[in-house]
Amino acid sequence: MSLSEEARPQQAKTPIRKRLEALPALRFSIDDLFETSTTILAASIILIITVTSVLLIRGSIPVLEGFKTGLFTGTNWISVAGSESYGVLPYVLGTLVTSAIAVAVGVPLSLGIAIFLAEMAPWSVRNALSRVIELLAAVPSIIYGFWGLFVFRFWIRDYLEAPITSYAGAFPVFQGTPFGLDILTAGLILAIMIIPTVSSISKDVMMAVPSSQREAAYSIGATRWEVVRTGVLGYARSGIFGAIILGLGRAVGETMAVTMVIGNASGSAALPTSLFKQGATMASVIANEFSEAESGSLHLSALIGIGLTLFLFALVINVFAQVMVWRVLKVRGGSVE
Amino acid sequence: MLPLASILFEVVGKGLPAISLSFLTRPTGNVTDPSSGIGNAIEGTLILIGVTCLIAVPIGLFAGIYLAEFGDNKFGRTIRFLNDVLAEFPSIVIGILAFSVVVIAIGHFSAIAGAVALSIIMLPIVTRTTEESIKLVPSSIRDASMALGIRRWRTSLSVVLVTAKDGVITGIMLSIARISGETAPLLLTVLGSGFFFSGLDQPIDALPLRIFTDYKNSNYPSALAQGWGAALVLIMLVLGLNLGVRLLTKGRSSFARARA
Amino acid sequence: MEDLKPANSEAPSIIGTMEKFKIQTEKLNAWFGNNHVLKDLSINIKEDEVTAIIGPSGCGKSTFIRCLNRMHELVPGARSSGAVLLDNANVYARGIDPVTVRRKVGMVFQKPNPFPTMSVYDNVAAGLKLNGIRDHQKLDRAVKRSLELAFLWEEVKTELDKSGASLSGGQQQRLCIARALAVEPEVILMDEPCSALDPVATAKIEELISSLKAQYTVVIVTHNMQQAARVSDNTAFLYLGQLIEYGETTQLFENPTEELTERYLTGKFG
Repeated sequence: MSLSEEARPQQAKTPIRKRLEALPALRFSIDDLFETSTTILAASIILIITVTSVLLIRGSIPVLEGFKTGLFTGTNWISVAGSESYGVLPYVLGTLVTSAIAVAVGVPLSLGIAIFLAEMAPWSVRNALSRVIELLAAVPSIIYGFWGLFVFRFWIRDYLEAPITSYAGAFPVFQGTPFGLDILTAGLILAIMIIPTVSSISKDVMMAVPSSQREAAYSIGATRWEVVRTGVLGYARSGIFGAIILGLGRAVGETMAVTMVIGNASGSAALPTSLFKQGATMASVIANEFSEAESGSLHLSALIGIGLTLFLFALVINVFAQVMVWRVLKVRGGSVE
Repeated sequence: MLPLASILFEVVGKGLPAISLSFLTRPTGNVTDPSSGIGNAIEGTLILIGVTCLIAVPIGLFAGIYLAEFGDNKFGRTIRFLNDVLAEFPSIVIGILAFSVVVIAIGHFSAIAGAVALSIIMLPIVTRTTEESIKLVPSSIRDASMALGIRRWRTSLSVVLVTAKDGVITGIMLSIARISGETAPLLLTVLGSGFFFSGLDQPIDALPLRIFTDYKNSNYPSALAQGWGAALVLIMLVLGLNLGVRLLTKGRSSFARARA
Repeated sequence: MEDLKPANSEAPSIIGTMEKFKIQTEKLNAWFGNNHVLKDLSINIKEDEVTAIIGPSGCGKSTFIRCLNRMHELVPGARSSGAVLLDNANVYARGIDPVTVRRKVGMVFQKPNPFPTMSVYDNVAAGLKLNGIRDHQKLDRAVKRSLELAFLWEEVKTELDKSGASLSGGQQQRLCIARALAVEPEVILMDEPCSALDPVATAKIEELISSLKAQYTVVIVTHNMQQAARVSDNTAFLYLGQLIEYGETTQLFENPTEELTERYLTGKFG
């Protein structure tokens, strides 16, 4: 881009010319340093994820070598050195069952709230209620757990489980004497905990549906409810689905609240054969046993193995959810806090 | 709604009686001792928050700046995506990570291990909110600064970031609220303790951890009462931060007008 | 269409001084990606005079002046070729730091953009402060001088601490002019500086521009032909990225040599 100077009439070098031709090499490097340092720090995120994966795999190797696939199908959990036997199946099932309850109960409620807020509520109510939901999301899970242990479980025991036992106690899924600290309560508390997430993302997704969709539905003579069903929910379907999956991801990873209300059974006793049974989830086992496990022991490796399983579950679910929500909202991530 | 109301009601109801100045300042020591307090737990939480911010805020700020200023390429998109993935890691898995790295390295549970775990939780949030706040700054502000002959890095830091500071600070405060309540990673990294701070490489207590320990000892009525008290303090901290952020974002005067 | 010399090369020169060109562009081309927006522009801008760039929307006026202070290259995918000589030195020469160029060539934008988190004082001082000047007295003097030059001092001198964004639109634009003046440029580029302002504010700024040309070379892009006629000494007419005609303002407006120019001036298009 430079031009040969011979054609220019030669003039005395003005001060400007001198300064313009100076080579400020030092200054360039501060800008470059800035760009480089921000890039490196951004890349630390990659580093963290990589290290996590590596460490989880490495930590699980002892127990995987010992039990191979038996780890995933076994139901024993004996950590006494010498006669150890590890099987994560009960915990995996525990996680699945509690999360399933959470989704089965929480999603309809969340959708109801989202529809109400997005389509029917007046502006002021929407704002106020959204704020309340955000506060609900901000409550730490240990407080949910504490409250769940000392308050919620009595409600469940007295108003839900006792009646069910008297009428349907014969059903296998309702076997056992309910005293409130069981799989059902854990699932229900998880339901409460995922409502803020699922409902606010669904609400955002629904509000992002262009009004032309709604107008189109109205114009063919749809009632209020039909407009919502066809015009809005149909369009927003993948985003709402993504929100549900995201909620599922949260439920799977939730630790403290579950640990405190699930009753903490171990090994094959933790198999979720009844809603009123005590159980355990992958996360709750780790929380309960990790600090007592001997460093370097097979027990610790087994717990890390659970961690790896949990990690993979959560990863797959969350990546799937991100992709779905992202596509509809056309915004990054889209998860609401 | 109902659960929130109930939670608040119970926590306040059962927690308030336990609160007193001595409760807030005395260490726990032996939890069955009626003079046991949660002073060390409060101190622990504050220290952990402080150290965590020292680690996570600079990294998150710079990562967010990268994504907003230079991140319009494949690498940037990857980082953004991975950042969202990191944000959704189960916190207990992050605890395992911190355990495997820091606790193993030092040889026993320690405060710094907890801070590392909490930083990993905080980092994606700060990164994301920083990026989004910077993106909200109108490009004409950046143009004006460059046209004045101000260097790129100076423009990014002293002009753009400063203009975006409300959003950035909001993000930091919200992430502090989040990490103050995290228990699972702390279970695996700091062990908890009955005493005041004794060094970053030593176990430390924290509010959520204290609540958990009280739950474990809840046959003792004093422990139970202490648990409620600690829960009250924690919930006030968390909700206070959240509400504080709400109020701050309402008072946006000159910047909002400048954008009009 | 390559009108390299201003039409008044035969015009009488001011006694004792030679007509000097502050900026000369030679075959300046610019692209946004594959979009060729400036084509072989060669213009000579006279020192200490006001030159207006006029033309219909999209003809490349803004792109042109953004090439003069190397702001064009900041847009991703943008590039340029050709030379821009500032006092006979090519600002695009290898080894030239664009930041130095931008300090010599200041710019005022279409929509006033004071830094929202800074006070009036800090806005004006920003260019100096952020380049390392800390001496309070120096800064005070520079701020006062710049605000005076921008016809804003009297209005804000008691409220220098107020937020820059709290001023009216016209005041904000004068603040931006003061901010640009504070770094002591030699050229001031203005990209439709009055298009967001009301007529009263516009008149103030036009008056300001006339006073500036005593010390500065001013290049102003405007879509308002009457403004160009009022304010400028020379006018260049651009159309679709090419220079159609360039000459002394009165000459160009009363007696355009190109038909396209005349059609534009009489409102037949654009």
